[in-house]
Amino acid sequence: MNPLIPLLVAIPLAGAFLTMIIGRFITGIPRYIALATLLLTAFISFWLLVAGGGDQSVYIMGGWEPVNGIPIGIHLVHDGFSALVLCIISLIGLLSVLYSISYIARYTSGNYFYALFCLMIAGMNGVVLSGDIFNIFVFLEISAISSYALVAFGVEKNELEATLKYQVLGAVASFMVLFAIGFIYWSTKTLNIADIRAVFSEGHDRSYYLLIQILLLTGFGLKAAIIPFHAWLPDAHSSAPSPISAMLSGVLIKAVGIYVIIRLFFNMFEITGAMAVMITTLGALSMAVGVFLAIGQWDIKRLLAYHSISQMGYVVMSAGIGMTLLARGVRPEVAALAITGGIFHLVNHAAFKGLLFLNAGAIEYSAGTRDLHEMGGLARPMPVTSATSLAASFSISGIPPFNGFFSKLIIIVAAVMARFYLLAALAAVVSIITLASFMKFQRYAFYNGEPGRIGKEIKEVPLPMLMSMVTLAVICLLLSLLALPAIRDAVLTPATDILIDQMKYSSQITGM
Amino acid sequence: MTAYWLCFILFLTGLYGVITRRNLVKIAISLSVMEFSCFLFLALTGYREGGVAPIVDVAEPVQTYVDPLPQAMVLTAIVIGLATTAMLMAVIIRIYRKYGTFDIREIKNLRG
Amino acid sequence: MTVIVKKTTQLIAGIIFLYGIYIILHGHLTPGGGFAGGVILAGSFILLILAFGSDFLHLLREERGSTLYENLAILIVLFLALSGLLAGANIFFGNWLPHGTPGELLSAGFLPLYNIFVGIEVAASILTIFLALVIFKEEVMK
Repeated sequence: MNPLIPLLVAIPLAGAFLTMIIGRFITGIPRYIALATLLLTAFISFWLLVAGGGDQSVYIMGGWEPVNGIPIGIHLVHDGFSALVLCIISLIGLLSVLYSISYIARYTSGNYFYALFCLMIAGMNGVVLSGDIFNIFVFLEISAISSYALVAFGVEKNELEATLKYQVLGAVASFMVLFAIGFIYWSTKTLNIADIRAVFSEGHDRSYYLLIQILLLTGFGLKAAIIPFHAWLPDAHSSAPSPISAMLSGVLIKAVGIYVIIRLFFNMFEITGAMAVMITTLGALSMAVGVFLAIGQWDIKRLLAYHSISQMGYVVMSAGIGMTLLARGVRPEVAALAITGGIFHLVNHAAFKGLLFLNAGAIEYSAGTRDLHEMGGLARPMPVTSATSLAASFSISGIPPFNGFFSKLIIIVAAVMARFYLLAALAAVVSIITLASFMKFQRYAFYNGEPGRIGKEIKEVPLPMLMSMVTLAVICLLLSLLALPAIRDAVLTPATDILIDQMKYSSQITGM
Repeated sequence: MTAYWLCFILFLTGLYGVITRRNLVKIAISLSVMEFSCFLFLALTGYREGGVAPIVDVAEPVQTYVDPLPQAMVLTAIVIGLATTAMLMAVIIRIYRKYGTFDIREIKNLRG
Repeated sequence: MTVIVKKTTQLIAGIIFLYGIYIILHGHLTPGGGFAGGVILAGSFILLILAFGSDFLHLLREERGSTLYENLAILIVLFLALSGLLAGANIFFGNWLPHGTPGELLSAGFLPLYNIFVGIEVAASILTIFLALVIFKEEVMK
């Protein structure tokens, strides 16, 4: 019972409401409260990652201990995989808040921004920590409702339209998840993820197993914007204020979409061949279609948003390859490699996509446009933005020594070793198209032409924005250290183990 | 069993409404229909033959209670649904102010 | 509104308010509790605003007030939950007050306290939502 685990949810919640109360009386304070909240959260999550060492630790809310091995209270579960995602959430959140200090000064009612931001962090931490499917739904809705409000923060035509699409599709997804939870409770009489697994593996009645899986995959797939469900993502992610785009694209779709899909399909359901093939296909489809949709975009934030779909495809596909091998029961070490590659890419994507959206925000802040046609020659007036965005572009398109190269390499090698030659080739081709797309971005934004075309004086952005961009660029470089075997064993392997060893998660909680 | 299937049909009715209606307020209503079909289903999963409301009575301890957990879940989900609906209505009112219409065909600034 | 509506509202709004308080206070004994009672409390306020009307500036001021109460109430709920963590037992949402005899008004440790503050929170937030939508509408009409 580590008391730091519930604090990860409680601190951002308290921060959100303190911001609202104090911000009413003293202006200018809310940003520092949000910053302090995120610093504290980041400190706790890194402390738990280092001190926990990838072991599973369970916190039972309200002290309702399990009775006869059946969990009755709400469990918060902290293990290798959730520790990693928690660190991403708080790190990107911290840098986004730092960036917002100058960026949000242009908008009115900054209090609401910081309060909603903290609320979104609380919701995502809750989703990641929760060991109970209904609590996943509750925290999912907390983060979703605050992100609806944050997307609409500018309250202009485009923002409102984007948030409407996001909200209608998000609500449909939530109700599908809720319906699936109803089916799960009906057929197992329990809500705890570990206990559901135990009940199903005891040869329980499985009449609704497939229906539950399809409903959950559709619901969380809509949240994660896997390709047939992607319609809301480019609008929502490009209309939000840039720090929020970085949060949505860098963290939210992972924490409430990909993380939950991987967690549920590895640790709650038994892996079946049909589901594995479906997830692999969806991943490969979003990887390929996402990048082809991205290539024709001229609005930088829309371009980045479509690349998010494509990069998430890599993660889903590698998880699917791992599932396929595990379902066949052959070569678990290749499955482990594929899943490690997927998780590594998930971490990397948070860093470089967060950085790219912050760069896009910096360009918009200084040049006042998001259209690549209207830009050009920004490298001279904005050297730091240009350099960091070059690092992020190299990283996303897989140029060594940046982090994206190593994770893509692991995924492709795992696909080849698993004899999915077609998928390996597809991943390589998508990576090349990504490179082409980002060369276009670099050329039109930073190098081609003169900065005078925009018709106003272009200056480098203020210091807090620069600080967060430079930090993220350094993180992009440092994350490639995770490919070293010693560091990989300490950070990524515990996350993979909890997914590969399918009964470990549930046996430690139910004690069977 | 029929009641459970009727819940699913109600859910699909709501989904049909979300997909086919063109008025924003009607879309919001369809979403509420979907939401309430989920609530009905959750409440039904707790049903027991001959069960009474789950309040512990010290005088008569042995009774069949209906399952209280789905009721707590429905209550939580209703609170969440209230927040979602309020948020959606606020957005719809704002959209009406900017675009001057509730027709979804007229609201198409973003494409591509 | 007509005088009939106004007079009836005057008569019943107070009773509705009292009924909401009753539901909240007996939340740990009977069906209902913080959420249901809070909705009833908010209903009495909304009834008064609908019957008697309110001008734009008053609405804005009321909205500011209700937001403040909402935030304070939820902070207190969070503090009560954290008190279980701080009280030595290391249990978030721990119920460390004496439980008393089941069936009496003063029993069940923290539950009545949670009910009271959740009730305030729900009443204030529903009133805030109502006021915000009315304010939006007034802005659209202008």
